Amino acid sequence: MAITTATETLNPRTWLYPTPRGLYCEPGDFYIDPAFAVPRAVITHGHGDHARPGHRKALATPETLAIMRTRFQDMPDTEQQALKYGESVRIGEVEVGFAPAGHILGSAQAVLAYRGQRIVVSGDYKRRPDPTCPPFEPVPCDVFITEATFALPVFHHPSDAGEIGKLLRSVATFPERTHLVGVYALGKCQRVIRLLREAGYDKRIWLHGGLLSLCKLYQDHGVDLGDVAPVSEAILETFKGAIVLCPPSALADRWSRRFADPIAAVCSGWMNVRARARQRGAELPLVISDHADWPELTQTLKDVGAPRVWVTHGREEALVHYARGLGIDAEALHLAGREDEES
Amino acid sequence: MQAFARLLDSLSFQPARNAKLRLIETYLRETPDPDRGWALAALTGGLDFPSAKPALLRGFGQEKIGEELFALSYDYVGDLAETLALIWKTDPAAGPPPTLGEVVETLQRATRTQTPAILKRWLDALDSTGRWALLKLLTGALRVGVSARLAKQAVANIGSQPVDAVEEVWHGLEVPYRPLFDWLLQGAPRPQSNAGAAFLPAMLANPIDRSELDALDPAHFRAEWKWDGIRVQVAASGGLKRLYSRAGEDVSGAFPDIIEAIDFESVFDGELLVRRETAVAPFNDLQQRLNRKTVTPKMLKEHPAHVRLYDVLWLEGVDLRALPFDERRVRLEAWIARKERPRFDLSPLVTFADWVELAAKREEMRADGIEGLMLKRGDSAYLSGRPKGPWFKWKRDPMLADCVLMYAQRGHGKRSSFYSDFTFGCWRDGAAGGRELAPVGKAYFGFTDEELRWLDKWVRDHTTNRYGPVREVEQKLVLEIAFDGIARSTRHKSGVAMRFPRISRIRTDKPAAEADTVENLLRLLTISGPESPLAGGMSHAHYPSVIVTEEP
Repeated sequence: MAITTATETLNPRTWLYPTPRGLYCEPGDFYIDPAFAVPRAVITHGHGDHARPGHRKALATPETLAIMRTRFQDMPDTEQQALKYGESVRIGEVEVGFAPAGHILGSAQAVLAYRGQRIVVSGDYKRRPDPTCPPFEPVPCDVFITEATFALPVFHHPSDAGEIGKLLRSVATFPERTHLVGVYALGKCQRVIRLLREAGYDKRIWLHGGLLSLCKLYQDHGVDLGDVAPVSEAILETFKGAIVLCPPSALADRWSRRFADPIAAVCSGWMNVRARARQRGAELPLVISDHADWPELTQTLKDVGAPRVWVTHGREEALVHYARGLGIDAEALHLAGREDEES
Repeated sequence: MQAFARLLDSLSFQPARNAKLRLIETYLRETPDPDRGWALAALTGGLDFPSAKPALLRGFGQEKIGEELFALSYDYVGDLAETLALIWKTDPAAGPPPTLGEVVETLQRATRTQTPAILKRWLDALDSTGRWALLKLLTGALRVGVSARLAKQAVANIGSQPVDAVEEVWHGLEVPYRPLFDWLLQGAPRPQSNAGAAFLPAMLANPIDRSELDALDPAHFRAEWKWDGIRVQVAASGGLKRLYSRAGEDVSGAFPDIIEAIDFESVFDGELLVRRETAVAPFNDLQQRLNRKTVTPKMLKEHPAHVRLYDVLWLEGVDLRALPFDERRVRLEAWIARKERPRFDLSPLVTFADWVELAAKREEMRADGIEGLMLKRGDSAYLSGRPKGPWFKWKRDPMLADCVLMYAQRGHGKRSSFYSDFTFGCWRDGAAGGRELAPVGKAYFGFTDEELRWLDKWVRDHTTNRYGPVREVEQKLVLEIAFDGIARSTRHKSGVAMRFPRISRIRTDKPAAEADTVENLLRLLTISGPESPLAGGMSHAHYPSVIVTEEP
């Protein structure tokens, strides 16, 4: 699988390695998804633990930059450089390109080439189809850096359609109650709306105020969300039998008291494990995740075929153990600023 | 099985008691016999599958994904049944899933060698929720937040009966409880009550402290020691003899010495103790005898069981529960005086003129195998449950020590994923001349949910080392630990073991260097007195675990 013989002589850890500010590429003098503001950053996608404000220069896909501008008051002080999937640019001595990661709108794997060696920083990814972004593209490489959020054999995410079906059945069973669905504002929210539309649900879907700006951004990028409206604009609406989307934190908030005997549904890969679902107060746990589950993670290692794998954020131990069993030279890569538990 | 799995699944996500009751009631009404009876038995802990034990399930898991991945998965999920249910894949070719009745009846007939193959076939046929429910059922710990009492309440509700009416007929019934459902739903006659040593719902006390006592008239109350054992009910009638925990769990099997000594037809309330000569042995000795299916002759000889009687509920066929405490007490004393019974004696009343005198007696008795005092109104009838007013427990104050957090491990069940098992230590002189921490105990409760979240974060932020599931942390967080006693231990490096330790406060204000020393703890041991039962012979001592049957 090695691209050139340089693999034998060049130790990849000498040119890409973790530092307290984040993963640093020395010959390009840039950081990938740094946890703090840096002079030059390459950003894989718009989630808060990967995209942070205050960098002097930021390279990302056009969609990711748009997301960052929405979240960080237009980022006037950051020099922004957009790079589309499949294109590449030279930074210092390093060739940097982007390949789709299938995680959320604009999410990319950073493909770094230096002296004939190729490292792919996959950021966060999933393998199943997502109506809001292009699918993950395996890129052959010498080193593959993978996430490990759901890297345990207990994580088998069921089909999206089945989980959306659970929600619609519950709505049909409790027509007097409001279904409050906790979703992350970026990615999960818009994907769940699309999934509901694909399942034939064409009624108005109500949105918490915290979800509006990113929904608008998705619509501007051609994602059809159908009839959506902010809760705050409802007039003479009882929300009985309605589906209302909100950030997970709002489920237990005073905000949720306005609804009719609400049922708290939570959409997250963590809902797979009962204790987690209960800790989040979910009455209707829905296993819908933007991260790869165990079969997807292990399949990806095989698809990418990298002789070396570095495993980051999540349950590194299990994936490292599994990869070694495949004869891959695998190790954990501890990165600063990654949340242990996100979805 | 699918309907039962859906019930357990809904129960596990439903925190509200009334909603849980509704779910169970609906299930019991809609499910035909015998499945609903098996389900009720499962919810009340009345089913046992000796050939399907955790080791077997662990073996299945290791076979599927290997030892290492299984260990990591189990550590993360914190529940064996759920772990296995999640890693297993449904096989569409496996045929229809089994019914609950089929599961129970097949397993009760299956031999130990047949069981694994049968189980695997069912696991292939069920979906993930079905597998989880099946495995919870087999391992006997459903953990869906339903107590036996709540399940009985639901059964009582479907027939509009008070729960105690169900409780009184309960032990005369056999799974799958057809006569019970016939009575509650079809108008058949009520099943025979107290046929064969039925458990009578126990009367429980409310906690009280010194400041609340002044509002009460001491003349109305009788005091007795609250012995440090297990509250039990000795029930004998119709030739049957039983020993029950206060929750109605039949523990006769573990105490054949008590059962054999029953030569009467009566029901008594008392404290189960291990007693040697005249001395009450430490609680730890009693713990050796709990939760055992079989008891060795050696165990019977070295840890002889004994019941110290507090009260009499039925005496020779007559129900005395409506009588005032004082009258029951007169009959109890007269009965005891009639005949010497080495396995039974009377818990003496503690005399006192006023609360000040009683408080002094309570202080003096600190270490003598006594947890505190019980206060009972002389005119109180024996009522089921925990009525407010007639009975109080006045526990002795816990001992306190400031310890330093050393290790943390993720909890199980409700606390899965939270670092909630804490090992803490005290200072002693180290080998190299400096001071070092020696572990003195382990606690996994005492904190609020909010404190737990705080502790969990603190552990994650201050981890210095990982040993499998255990995290070692920086030695800088002081925890005030409350505990009920302390004993020498040969199993621990520090040489001491705490009884019932819990975290009483997080002392972020106190530097770790100022935490207690092991020497200080040993001093508490001498305060307890050399002849104190807590001080002697605790060679088997280990970190005390939660004792489920003990009154909290």
